[in-house]
Amino acid sequence: MRTALTVLRKDLRLELRTLETVPAMALFAVSTFVVFHFGLGRVTIDGQLAAGVLTATLLFAAMLGINRLFVAEREQGGFDAFLLAPVDRTALLIAKAAALFVFLTLLEVVAVPAFALLLLGPSLGPPLPGLIAVLALADLGIAVIGTLVSAIAVHTRARDLIGPLLGLPLLIPALLATARAAGPLLASHATTSPPGKWIAILALYDVVFALLAYAVFDFLLED
Amino acid sequence: MARTPGTRPVADTPAVELRGLTRHFGERTALREVSVRVPAGATLAVLGRNGAGKSTLLRILATLLRPHGGEVSVLGDPLPRRAFAVRGKVGLLAHEPLLYRDLSGRENLLYHARLHAVGRERVDSLLSAVGMERRAQEPVRSLSQGMVQRLAVCRAVLHEPALLLLDEPRANLDPGASELVEPLIGRASRCTRVLTSHDPQSALAEADLVLGLRDGRPQFVGAPGELAGATLKELYA
Amino acid sequence: MTIYGKGLRGLSLATIATLSVAFSLVFFYAPLDADQGFVQKIFYLHVPLAIVSLCGFVFGAALAVGYLRTGDRRWDMRSYVAIHMALIFGIGGLITGSIWAKASWGHWWVWSEPTLVSFLIVLLLFATYQPLRFSIEDPERQARYASVFSVIAGAFVPLNFLAVRLAQEYVHPRVLTLGGGNLPGPMRLTFLISLAGIGLLYVTMWKYEMTAKNARMQLRALRRALLGDDAVRPAGRSAAPS
Repeated sequence: MRTALTVLRKDLRLELRTLETVPAMALFAVSTFVVFHFGLGRVTIDGQLAAGVLTATLLFAAMLGINRLFVAEREQGGFDAFLLAPVDRTALLIAKAAALFVFLTLLEVVAVPAFALLLLGPSLGPPLPGLIAVLALADLGIAVIGTLVSAIAVHTRARDLIGPLLGLPLLIPALLATARAAGPLLASHATTSPPGKWIAILALYDVVFALLAYAVFDFLLED
Repeated sequence: MARTPGTRPVADTPAVELRGLTRHFGERTALREVSVRVPAGATLAVLGRNGAGKSTLLRILATLLRPHGGEVSVLGDPLPRRAFAVRGKVGLLAHEPLLYRDLSGRENLLYHARLHAVGRERVDSLLSAVGMERRAQEPVRSLSQGMVQRLAVCRAVLHEPALLLLDEPRANLDPGASELVEPLIGRASRCTRVLTSHDPQSALAEADLVLGLRDGRPQFVGAPGELAGATLKELYA
Repeated sequence: MTIYGKGLRGLSLATIATLSVAFSLVFFYAPLDADQGFVQKIFYLHVPLAIVSLCGFVFGAALAVGYLRTGDRRWDMRSYVAIHMALIFGIGGLITGSIWAKASWGHWWVWSEPTLVSFLIVLLLFATYQPLRFSIEDPERQARYASVFSVIAGAFVPLNFLAVRLAQEYVHPRVLTLGGGNLPGPMRLTFLISLAGIGLLYVTMWKYEMTAKNARMQLRALRRALLGDDAVRPAGRSAAPS
């Protein structure tokens, strides 16, 4: 755990120094909202459509972060440095998933208000706690799967292609559950609590992939 | 600089012992039937031209690559079975400095210190030992290659390894800097060392033992004095 | 040296026989569906193809676990061939499913059929298996990463089916369920024999490709032993795990 914290702190410090990932993700998300405005030809959207636009945008923005997650390790010897240390290798999985979770949270701190401002019809206030819960569960799933996908893709020749190609199908069920859970929250006569069925699916998805990631991650580090 | 070496192997177990070590990359064989025995405290020079398998050998000893055949024992522990016991007792200085370009030298070393559970005083004393204390706050990308190499030396010896694996350790170092790192990675470190060099003469001068590789096959194993000029020439031909 | 391809002739004959029986039953024995008419008979091809393809993916994942446990590259090769064949069967299943959908619902694609939608997602995921594999240079890393991918994707299959099934808010009146549980007798018999025939076809094709790959591998090993390392050109993309 201490090791994971060490690696996480290093990752956050690197991001703070370079500002390579999070600002790009946020800018991408806002641009995508503008594209949706013109693409849909709508001034405001609500309900399931709004939930779909929001989730798809966040997912695509997340792909940018996923692609970059292990690039510094690969190009600047971070993998070797970590593997030379007498530490548990799972710490790298935990640290990277945590870093991606932080990046996604920061992305949403910018993207969700921007979405409410630019596109969303109904007020965001009342359903906000429910939406935060849904997004937190979604981020957890994206963070775990994203870390796995990124660790696989970073060693391929065409890593910018392999990342999304692998990540998008794997994340479709998570996207589906997130969108369905957020839909009623963003409707014009909004409920304030997300549907339990989809929260359960998201949680199940997170747990299964967390266990799976734990089981296979070591194989991605070995040489 | 006074150093108390960490874990030292018992005198009669060799620091490194290879028996028929073989490693493939797909269908290509990078190392074939390499056998050598390095006593604790001795220096092994690995000679051979580019692609002869020198770096592969060092990476296997560092537990970064797994051996495919033969027996490998490092500091008394067989690889790859007890790789976890070997990690943290070897220091690797390879072509890549293993430092993040956007962090400062000090931040990089502190990161490694935490991974190896080493105190921060050790980082500061090493930085001053290689004359880098003044520029330690600058990001690594703004430093010259020689300075980066000095930081990489600090990184490699941070946790006081008993076995040093040095791949061209003096690349990019001017004579002054070379002298600064001498107590850390030279014979004065009193560590067991496995080193390669682009300059066979200087490597031979430092070595107690020589392993000559050609296309992954051992061509010569013995004391530097026994290495005939013709054999040396053949290694690099 | 092992001789591969043992029993291949018997297997091939059994496959041909079963498939012939299955097709005769489909055309001459199984009753015409009251609503959909003759085109409903593509069901006897579509559903077995889809089932066998899914089983092939899971089979590939199980073989990949074998590789991760033992580190023996032959497991990886078996897994590769299993997934490769399952993909071909899967594409067949998707095309026949599309034809069936056009005939019975008037659209080439129906989003309201969760099995079809899940199947498309699974196929999209497994379609990245080959691009992933061939963009990794080091053969061992290739085997390891491909195996990790297969295991993840194998576990993904049931989760994906669950999520997509739940997403269908209005449950479509389903013509026929996959297991064939509520089929009338003659239809069920025809369906089961078709399933057996397609299953045998998968096994036969898997074995054929394994035999070819093993033969090539042994040939390369012999050449290397006789002529030296340099005489054998490095395996290209098509060689897959060798």
